Amino acid sequence: MWIALVNVTYRPGILDPEAKTIQQALAALGFASVEDLKTGRFFELHYAPGTERETAEQLTHAIADQLLANPVIQSYRFDLQEAAE
Amino acid sequence: MKIGVVVFPGSNCDHDTYHVLKDELQAHVEYIWHKETTLRFFDAIVLPGGFSYGDYLRAGALARFSPVMQAVIGLARQGVPVLGICNGFQVLLEAGLLPGALLANDHLRFRCQTVTLRVSDSSSCFTRAYQPGQLLRMPIAHYHGNYHAPADTLHRLQEEALIAFQYCDRSGELSPAANPNGSALNIAGIYNPARNVLGMMPHPERASSALLGSTDGMGIFKSLLGN
Repeated sequence: MWIALVNVTYRPGILDPEAKTIQQALAALGFASVEDLKTGRFFELHYAPGTERETAEQLTHAIADQLLANPVIQSYRFDLQEAAE
Repeated sequence: MKIGVVVFPGSNCDHDTYHVLKDELQAHVEYIWHKETTLRFFDAIVLPGGFSYGDYLRAGALARFSPVMQAVIGLARQGVPVLGICNGFQVLLEAGLLPGALLANDHLRFRCQTVTLRVSDSSSCFTRAYQPGQLLRMPIAHYHGNYHAPADTLHRLQEEALIAFQYCDRSGELSPAANPNGSALNIAGIYNPARNVLGMMPHPERASSALLGSTDGMGIFKSLLGN
């Protein structure tokens, strides 16, 4: 079966105050070499056994476009992994 | 004139809105459960504030797929007035009835306070009871109120006078200090190009009774009713 691992992140230029705050905390902890930090949301979509890879890919695009990401502020990328059925 | 107030799971300003319309303004108003699929005989729709679907995924993102929203989108496209307050504004943006998106407040704090708003345009069915440039006092209560849109969209909103309300100080200046959430252009509320859809973060229904400290929000409901 196919599992889609989807990452949704903010588009470049979109303010992410949470990321900024985490980065400042890292600097305070001594991890000053982290120059930039991004946050995002992670989703795992487990497709039903028998779903073709191509179908899983198309469906994942449709799902991310329509619901998981807001295209005004976010973009997404995903990997498909094959798991034992 | 019959007004429908949509009730999503997690809406919490539906009763306040209903109360203002029914008890303060004697309007014909009905609740619409979010599972409704046909909305005949409504002359205006209000999407109230609250936390529909617990704000899961993104504020407004799941309410946008409630069965009722297809009908609301259809009515909006026919020119029926649709008002989205706070979470309702977030739903309208997610539904694509208004441009842009609402990000987390720039300071990452939930803001519950009374703000001053400038009526930047009063030529719609929601704002005709106000004067252009009039200053209003209304409460806000939100975490995701930081209006964002691409530069060309912001330009268009300005060019076509689609910005209804902007955060300002007591003298009407659109200063950064008067901006409670980091919104672009101090935007607090916008129209669609046809001006029959208004989304706004401040709560006019909480500023519609002298007992609660302000009646400045009443103008929106009066405008809608044509009073």
